[in-house]
Amino acid sequence: MSCTTHFAGHTVIHRLDPRPRIVATLLFAVFIALDNPYPVLATGLGVGIVLAMLARLPARPLARRLLHINLFMALLFLTLPTTTPGEPAFSIFSLPFSRVGLHLAAMITLKANAIVLAFTALLGTVELSALGHALQHLRVPDRLIHLFLFTLRYLDVIHHAYEDLLRAMKARGFRPRMDLHTYRSYGSLMAMLLVRSLERAERVMDAMKCRGFKGRFLTYRPFDFHRRDAVFCLVATIVLCLCASLRWALPGGPQ
Amino acid sequence: MHITEGVAPASVAAAGALLTAGGVAMGLRAMKDEQIPRAALMSAAIFAASLVIRLPLGPSSVHPVLNGLAGLLLGWAAVPAFLVALFLEALLFQFGGITTLGLNTITMAAPAVVCYAIFNRPLRRCRQKNTAFLLGMAAGVTALLLSFALWAAVLVLSGKSLIVIVKLALIPHLAITAMEGLFTGFVVSFLFKVYPGVFDLPLTREGGVAP
Repeated sequence: MSCTTHFAGHTVIHRLDPRPRIVATLLFAVFIALDNPYPVLATGLGVGIVLAMLARLPARPLARRLLHINLFMALLFLTLPTTTPGEPAFSIFSLPFSRVGLHLAAMITLKANAIVLAFTALLGTVELSALGHALQHLRVPDRLIHLFLFTLRYLDVIHHAYEDLLRAMKARGFRPRMDLHTYRSYGSLMAMLLVRSLERAERVMDAMKCRGFKGRFLTYRPFDFHRRDAVFCLVATIVLCLCASLRWALPGGPQ
Repeated sequence: MHITEGVAPASVAAAGALLTAGGVAMGLRAMKDEQIPRAALMSAAIFAASLVIRLPLGPSSVHPVLNGLAGLLLGWAAVPAFLVALFLEALLFQFGGITTLGLNTITMAAPAVVCYAIFNRPLRRCRQKNTAFLLGMAAGVTALLLSFALWAAVLVLSGKSLIVIVKLALIPHLAITAMEGLFTGFVVSFLFKVYPGVFDLPLTREGGVAP
């Protein structure tokens, strides 16, 4: 079982160069995270939904992701309006729900959903190692990229090592319970996992030295900037500019 | 424990991103190129374990956080390691998020570095397994309490009314902290027996023990 998979596919979004996608996602996320009036946030959410549809994100995993964050948002809707003082919008069982609290919860919910949809559609669809190389092209420090690529590469390997160790424990009758023995056994499992990963790191480093590693990974996947990428950049710029002008034009926006 | 997308206003998120950038720069400088695979494999192990290990607690179970352990083993390199792990978590599972990546990294990694500063040296000097267990436990507890404090601070800075979330999370978090302390203690005492010298690893840059 691999846990490090992206949303694979062959849509328009998948075919775009990852580099402009990273930049566009960052700009969009930062912009949405600013204080925005409702129409801007609604537009942002719309953009997120359109992107998710263009990328044909599979419904079930996407729903799981959105459920995950929206459970927290539901908690906000329950707690914020009842604890924030202010003029009540309505009350249930004489428990007043304040307007300010509702406003705050609604803002956070809209922002979160818009950003998550755009982020998943644009970056969740990039193969993870390609994402590493794209970040390298965007001048992220080499060592950080190496850390990212190595972690990614060995995550599944280590997960397998974990399953091996756990299977060995179960074969000897280990049953997790709420007692010190269980915690000690899990602690030993974790420590053994670290010992194994350190030993593997030695072997990896030796192998890399043998092959003359000079501190830079070569990629077999050169990025091409096609016309469709130029179109994507243009559209992204226009959308961001529209959102920005909407933000400053509206009465609720910053003065 | 993650700060969800959209919660933090731009100013708070930007402050988190800046602090993280500084910490990552420190962490990357503390690493030699040869140490990158080791740091990556250890952080992969810690990251994988924090996702799959479930410690039974009453009718439920909790995942270990392991940032105290990461600090003891990685030192400053824990900052870039957590940045990578949290970026992957955001990509793969939507825990945390892209705009709150800096904040989440700080809440996890700053306590790790503090644990390194306080507990790494005593641990290297320590000669007894029980002392190692106690030091590990102290590191685990300290890291989680600090993380909780930072997390609460970020929420309160993001909006005073969010303090209600902090209050709701306090009791469960104390339970998780106790578990984390025990667990980190057991991991550290096992490593102390089986792999002496493992806690010297963050030091190699400063002319400590050879890798």
